[in-house]
Amino acid sequence: MTEPLPGATPSGVIRNFCIIAHIDHGKSTLADRMLQATDLVADRDMRSQYLDRMDIERERGITIKSQAVRLPYQAEDGVRYVLNLIDTPGHVDFSYEVSRSLAACEGAVLLVDAAQGIEAQTLANLYMALENDLQVIPVLNKIDLPAAQPDKYAAEIAHIIGCDIDDVLRVSAKTGEGVAELLETIVRDVPAPLGDSEAPARALIFDSVYDTYRGVVTYVRMVDGALSHRDKILMMSTETTHELLEVGVISPEPTAAPGLGAGEVGYLITGVKDVRQSRVGDTVTTSSAGAVESLSGYRDPRPMVYSGLFPIDGSEYPGLRDALDKLKLNDAALIYEPETSVALGFGFRCGFLGLLHLEIVRERLEREFGLDLISTAPSVVYSVLMDDGSDLVVTNPSEFPSGKVAEVTEPIVKATVIAPADYVGTIMELCQARRGSLLGMDYLSTDRVELRYTLPLAEIVYDFFDALKSRTKGYASLDYEPDGEQASDLVKVDILLHGEPVDAFSAILHRDSAYAYGVAMASRLRELIPRQQYEVPIQAAIGSRIIARETIRAMRKDVLAKCYGGDISRKRKLLEKQKEGKKRMKMVGRVEVPQEAFIAALSTDQDRK
Amino acid sequence: MGRTVGSAPLPVSGRVSDTGRMESVLTRREPVRSLGMYVHVPYCSSRCGYCDFNTYVPGEAGHGSRESWRQAAIDEVSLAARELSPDRRVDTVFFGGGTPTLLPTSDLGAVLDEIDQQLGLASNAEITVEANPETISGEKLQELLDCGINRLSLGMQSADQQVLNLLDRVHSPGTAVAAAQEALAAGVSLVSLDLIYGTPGEDLRSWRSTLAAALDAGVGHISAYGLKVEPGTALHRRVRRGEVPRVDQDYSAAAYDATDEILSAAGLNWYEISNWSLAGHECRHNLNYWRGGDWWGIGPGAHSHLAGSRWWNHRSPQRWAAALQEGKSPRAGEEQLTEDQLLTELVMLHIRLVQGLDPADLGQNRNHITAKAEQLRELGLLSVGEPLTLTLAGRRLADRVTVELLEHA
Repeated sequence: MTEPLPGATPSGVIRNFCIIAHIDHGKSTLADRMLQATDLVADRDMRSQYLDRMDIERERGITIKSQAVRLPYQAEDGVRYVLNLIDTPGHVDFSYEVSRSLAACEGAVLLVDAAQGIEAQTLANLYMALENDLQVIPVLNKIDLPAAQPDKYAAEIAHIIGCDIDDVLRVSAKTGEGVAELLETIVRDVPAPLGDSEAPARALIFDSVYDTYRGVVTYVRMVDGALSHRDKILMMSTETTHELLEVGVISPEPTAAPGLGAGEVGYLITGVKDVRQSRVGDTVTTSSAGAVESLSGYRDPRPMVYSGLFPIDGSEYPGLRDALDKLKLNDAALIYEPETSVALGFGFRCGFLGLLHLEIVRERLEREFGLDLISTAPSVVYSVLMDDGSDLVVTNPSEFPSGKVAEVTEPIVKATVIAPADYVGTIMELCQARRGSLLGMDYLSTDRVELRYTLPLAEIVYDFFDALKSRTKGYASLDYEPDGEQASDLVKVDILLHGEPVDAFSAILHRDSAYAYGVAMASRLRELIPRQQYEVPIQAAIGSRIIARETIRAMRKDVLAKCYGGDISRKRKLLEKQKEGKKRMKMVGRVEVPQEAFIAALSTDQDRK
Repeated sequence: MGRTVGSAPLPVSGRVSDTGRMESVLTRREPVRSLGMYVHVPYCSSRCGYCDFNTYVPGEAGHGSRESWRQAAIDEVSLAARELSPDRRVDTVFFGGGTPTLLPTSDLGAVLDEIDQQLGLASNAEITVEANPETISGEKLQELLDCGINRLSLGMQSADQQVLNLLDRVHSPGTAVAAAQEALAAGVSLVSLDLIYGTPGEDLRSWRSTLAAALDAGVGHISAYGLKVEPGTALHRRVRRGEVPRVDQDYSAAAYDATDEILSAAGLNWYEISNWSLAGHECRHNLNYWRGGDWWGIGPGAHSHLAGSRWWNHRSPQRWAAALQEGKSPRAGEEQLTEDQLLTELVMLHIRLVQGLDPADLGQNRNHITAKAEQLRELGLLSVGEPLTLTLAGRRLADRVTVELLEHA
């Protein structure tokens, strides 16, 4: 048989699938092994985790942006198949992107570490795959590990998805054992795509990546019809038209093709420079005689978490702006606008999909653009209804209204925690303390439990994950998805220095947590802010009511050391340093505060995370 | 700079000039800048836990031999004589350390003779030697007087045995007072006691007793320093390990105020932040530092300053001596002060003195420094009027005042 070519591949030989796995459960290694098993990558070109392109991905061992690779595969039945492996992001913040990747597939490999069992995020994605009617192929990985317990975890998986224990494949991506059988199973069990090759073109965008040389590279799954080189295309949600400068497949390097037919997976290049013009979940059709109805499931990316990003060196502000402008090209979910803080100077208020998204953006800004940044405590999106009937959306505590507030609502999430049964008590205590309400609990096996809660997103964003990890010795895993809003008794706590509010430390909190926050922040600042020539009170306040107070006593003496001949140079250098330090002081009213103190106060907060 | 103005005429004893006339350094008009010689003796019998000076105890690496110190010091005097203009006379000599009195007095005398022969000592030169009380005896005092020393600075530190223990000082509380009295009786007319306040465990009662004991000795000069725990010292390590509490800055402030009150009442007035004396007993050698005068530092690690140019010697006695023996420069580094640095030093040093900072010396920076001074007056840190002088509260916050004055300079 001849090799099926892109644009001319019968859908009967196509198998589109993804791998659902927890971080570190070996997804990238398995993908590497598949590349080798299908002879797509010569052994000498093989580098570890071939499909993870970004350095951060390689170092953190996680996949941020999905990609799709076309694997030509000669099956045991003698037919030459085309396997499209669609990689999925592995974190809760990117659940929408995961859902679009799943929508591009007919099958999913559920990959679980045979020494650890299924984790909460994997479970959430598995449920999503099942809801999308994907054919799930359960696989235990790392069976070569001495600590592997394949029988136990096979039983667990069988219980969750309702299959037979013997249906759970056992693989070592590291040694390659079982990979051949897995590929055969994919060919046998994953359905071929069902699309109408004669209908007007409809392609689902499941990823969109900015490339410095090529502009935006859009990854699509052709659902109906076909797209060809030089076609004029229409993005159905943004209603923009472009010319297809290039169509191709990744195999495993980008390879141009005449076109893509129904059921195929590949990439499009139109020359646009901003991923916002080519959005994940959107439908691509032809601009003339195109489809009337777009594929279902598109939604605009919606930030869930906001944080201020400030350069530690104020002169790097323009650099930060340029860097954000560049990152935005590759990140449709990132939004930002300029923000000025008394404590931190000029920066940007940024919206993120979640905490990991925030961390990734911040890390990329620091690593790829050489910026040194401080971020303010993350905030969720609050709706505030005033007594006079007006309402507003608050994403920054400093914008919280000071007038009569009738009601404040906050986003809540449906959270899933999976942990050893021994920790059920401590997890319940934690969720209780973080205003959670129990939805249900299931034993996955005799000693592993799945707990389902609703929790305020703000509690998750604050330090829930760390608290969970530390109370369960790292054994618990967490997943959550937005679940609407609820009204809560929320207040804004201000931190005042000599009567002046310090904007970066204002926080919106549940009334029960306000006092603890006020006390902690006031005492932390007292430690960090140097004594002034006069006494400085630090107060925490809700409105005009003071709930905590600390005092920085007046400085009465600085160093009165000797200053003789040999001391003069050293003393002068010390004073020159102090003089330089004074230039970087921030004035809060009359109080002079080194920016380092504010940064340290915020960092201590972040270190806990 | 290099002006020599003072508050009171200063009777000078010691080497009487050829004419036998007493002359005051503070009223004298000199054709050239005053010149001091600092001689560093890097040896101690044991190391005190708080001390970060360049000193060596027997057996320590880099110690070198005393013989080589003597020869190298003499060689460096010759080096100075070659570099300095021949019309300069040495106004003050200061043997510091370390413990200079650990050396045979003949070694100090040999260096002093070399200075006189090569450079020429002014007829009224002030010649100081630092000493630990336990090294002083009647015999030693006579030797020191015989070789020309006319000022003695004794490290007393405290009259509180517990404080001395914490500082690792080997003498007992009465020794320093007795040594000072003996020196005065032997004819050393200028005797100073060095004190340290703010040692953890000390309280105001203990400190007041120390001050009273020092005054009882009858000395005309007292230096009192707030203890500073320097990195690299044994005391620093002990504080870091939590064995010894940190120096309490509020206590130190109270101790400073008590010092000023008690010493002033006894007629010893402050003339520099950490120095109090009877009129005329000011240390001329140190005044020369604060007034930006010239000085040459002989010895390992010693710093020198000549008209805006500064350098310092190798810290290791062996390395310093070896360089001189080989006819090479013992310098380890140098700096040429920029205009900015000169201004910083002028403000930093002059503000420490009772005469204060004269706006006339500030050149183009005069206006904004005097404007800043106004703000500091409002905070009670500077006195009203000019020159700019520190109040008692200002003396305690002298670093802060300096930085504020220089803020926009």
